[in-house]
Amino acid sequence: MKTADVLTLSPAGLYCPMGDFHIDPTRPSPRALITHGHADHARAGHGAVMATRETLDIMALRYGEGFTRSRQVAEPGRATRVGEVDVTFHPAGHVLGSAQILIEAKGFRVVVSGDYKRARDPTCAPFEPVRCDAFITEATFGLPVFRHPEASAEVERLISSIKLFPDRAHVIGVYSLGKAQRVMALIREAGWDRPFHIHGALEKISRYYADAGARLGEFTKVATAEKLGLAGEIVLCPPSAIADRWSAGFADPVRALASGWMRIRAFARRGSAQLPLVISDHADWDALRDTVVETGCSELWVTHGATEPLTHWARARGLDAKPLDMVGYGDEEAAVEEAAP
Amino acid sequence: MNEFARLLDRLALEPGRNDKVRLLTAYFASTTDPDRGLALAAMAGDLPVPGIRPAMARALVASRVDPDLFAMSYDFVGDLAETIALIWPRDGERGHNNPPAPTLSVVVEALRATGKTALPARLAALLDDLDEIGRWALLKLLMGGLRIGVSARLAKTAVAALGPVSADDIEEVWHGLAPPYEDLFAWAEGKGPRPQSSDAAPFRPPMLAHALDDASLAALVPGDFIAEWKWDGARAQAAVFTLADGERGARLYSRAGEDLGGAFPDMLDALRGAGFPDAVFDGELLVRDEKGAARPFSDLQARLNRKNPTPKMLRDMPPLLRLYDLLTLEGEDLRPSPFMERRARLEAVARGVQHPAFDLSPTRTFDSIAELVEVRKNAPLESEGLMLKRRDAPYVSGRPTGQWWKWKRDPMEVDAVLMYAQRGHGKRASLYSDYTFGVWRGSELVPVGKAYFGFTDAELKQLDKWVREHSVSRFGPVREVAHEPANGLVLQIAFEGLNRSPRHKSGLAMRFPRVARIRWDKPPAEADRIEALEALLPVGPPETKPSVPRESA
Ligand SMILES: [Zn+2]
Ligand SMILES: [Zn+2]
Repeated sequence: MKTADVLTLSPAGLYCPMGDFHIDPTRPSPRALITHGHADHARAGHGAVMATRETLDIMALRYGEGFTRSRQVAEPGRATRVGEVDVTFHPAGHVLGSAQILIEAKGFRVVVSGDYKRARDPTCAPFEPVRCDAFITEATFGLPVFRHPEASAEVERLISSIKLFPDRAHVIGVYSLGKAQRVMALIREAGWDRPFHIHGALEKISRYYADAGARLGEFTKVATAEKLGLAGEIVLCPPSAIADRWSAGFADPVRALASGWMRIRAFARRGSAQLPLVISDHADWDALRDTVVETGCSELWVTHGATEPLTHWARARGLDAKPLDMVGYGDEEAAVEEAAP
Repeated sequence: MNEFARLLDRLALEPGRNDKVRLLTAYFASTTDPDRGLALAAMAGDLPVPGIRPAMARALVASRVDPDLFAMSYDFVGDLAETIALIWPRDGERGHNNPPAPTLSVVVEALRATGKTALPARLAALLDDLDEIGRWALLKLLMGGLRIGVSARLAKTAVAALGPVSADDIEEVWHGLAPPYEDLFAWAEGKGPRPQSSDAAPFRPPMLAHALDDASLAALVPGDFIAEWKWDGARAQAAVFTLADGERGARLYSRAGEDLGGAFPDMLDALRGAGFPDAVFDGELLVRDEKGAARPFSDLQARLNRKNPTPKMLRDMPPLLRLYDLLTLEGEDLRPSPFMERRARLEAVARGVQHPAFDLSPTRTFDSIAELVEVRKNAPLESEGLMLKRRDAPYVSGRPTGQWWKWKRDPMEVDAVLMYAQRGHGKRASLYSDYTFGVWRGSELVPVGKAYFGFTDAELKQLDKWVREHSVSRFGPVREVAHEPANGLVLQIAFEGLNRSPRHKSGLAMRFPRVARIRWDKPPAEADRIEALEALLPVGPPETKPSVPRESA
């Protein structure tokens, strides 16, 4: 058995011929296994979808109940027979409901990571390393310049900026699924007890997280009329709203962006951020390498992101590594980059 | 060091002047001596540390990081110091019980005490002990190219905000002080006496003029003002004083307080030898010809550009200081006195001195605005127009309103800041010869036009060199250059007309813009504002299709 027998590349993405399903297909497919709810991985219009309960809920919230004809809940850690293979979902630590997918074919084990991180996240289950023969990994931050700091230290910088500028609103650009809620939970852990003021685009998902048990505290949707009155408060919005008129209505706003890309000053400048917060839901360079080693894999495929450096590193370790450079996974954190003028 | 680095990091992204001051003041208030003083020195460009070449930094990282991974990273990040800071191995950080990271003073002391050969190893050890942002700041400080938009003046303003003293108070003692400025901070916090300036002639921040607009011209009362030519040289402050041993001392400052004595030793000699009493003058620095007349600005520029003039320069380009104000005389501070009184004392002092390096800027009265308009039409070539000074105005640092007006000869001129440069065509293809410039709108620069002629070949070479050395990013044939309040290049742009244009971000389109002058001496913060251009717009409905004639280059 070889990896190529278990997984191939089709125009829609990763395809498992023995189970006749795609993983995170970028176009409508008869049967799709979905790692997590981000739009580049979870699209509407498939015939049948198998995913964790949370991912299915999130897809329904975003696309409406009719996002697929039929759906099947994947219980984390429990194998399910699909065609000639067994598939098991394991937590990926990326966002609520995110999972890696293990495919076992006659004892040969392939893990598709989806997006993942190893850093602590109070709003979702932590990543579980899964031993495998072939590991199919993302590499959004697959360059040695990306080593994310402790998220709590970044939140401390935010809090001290609010203390220094109590007459300014702190407006934080965060991706609406996952980042927003993680950042809110981290700010609560730092002792902030005032209500959060959030952009309408963050509301539904945040409510879902709160119902699922995330400790987000009180949050309310920002009304245009009250924008000027939010000096000294924390406002959260999608990254695109940071650079546009929406954020201009606040009292002398301090614009913050929470993203792994903020490690690079040129991105912070381009994103109009005065306060770049290096908080990422992706594995950094160290975490990517540690994870590859922990899986014990002998073969590595790198799906998207900075595929070349990670492949280079893996080959130097004697792994059989190849970059896939798949298109369509214009990762959600890259949205920060696109949103900037 | 890491805390200072965080401050620099934040300052670099914070556009608002007042917000920068608050960040700085908070840092000064929460940081102890001598660290805060060294931080101040770093921002004033006085940090006593050795510089390092990029090649040395590259060699350090090459011995620690896989070269392919470094190349891929550098390609992605685009900035050498930042790439090294981020990619630097941090095995040291992983141990437990790490000692605290070195403070700024520890870093400065370590570097200062290290000889050239031991410097790489010492720097590497410091980089091991700092975090990503600390490494970035240290490398930027040593390699140059730290762009945080903080001038020495802004940093002093932040020190002043600690307590009762003002930024101008600090300027007055500044030139006698040295890092780490412990007595300055004690004074600023109200905990110590005013530092004894060991400098007999500290720099006094100059009084500046506002550009005259139509409304102010209409409201001008002729009897209240006196007119002078606005000379086409460099604003300078000259001091003559008595040293402890009874000898004569002299000092020459630019308008920003830089010491010009090194570039103009002949002017210092002249100040000492001309027979002046102890005094501080305000005037225009020029270069004179054999007959004692002022020469073109480019000759002055040649001398301003040389830190140490050649013997030929000293022989062929002697300086001339055209005096127009007197700040102190024999220890008496004249600045609170009305202009006419200072002028009378200046004339008395000047009458007692016969020396080719000095003359007096003439004044003239006018009875009506119409007369003034006529005077301005006949402005001599070496002037830029008129200065109008209020007869009873005290000498106030900064730009007080309604006291001094400048009324330039050609109303269609603007001081703009160079923002982007593009390679030219044909024989200019290798040079950055097309310049996009902008003026201030609030705290940001908006592009208002593009110029690609008006300069000499020699100036083009200087501009090209400046562009290459001050690029912050590049895309294709275009380079974005530094354009911050304290870091950038001002171009005096002449143009034939101005129209509204909805197609341009500024809402304006210029006709035939050209570079009238490169203002190496002027900080971008003092470039013109968009309001100055809008005032020149013809009245009437906006043109929907502005015609912007262009020369084919
Ligand atoms: Zn994702
Ligand atoms: Zn993704």
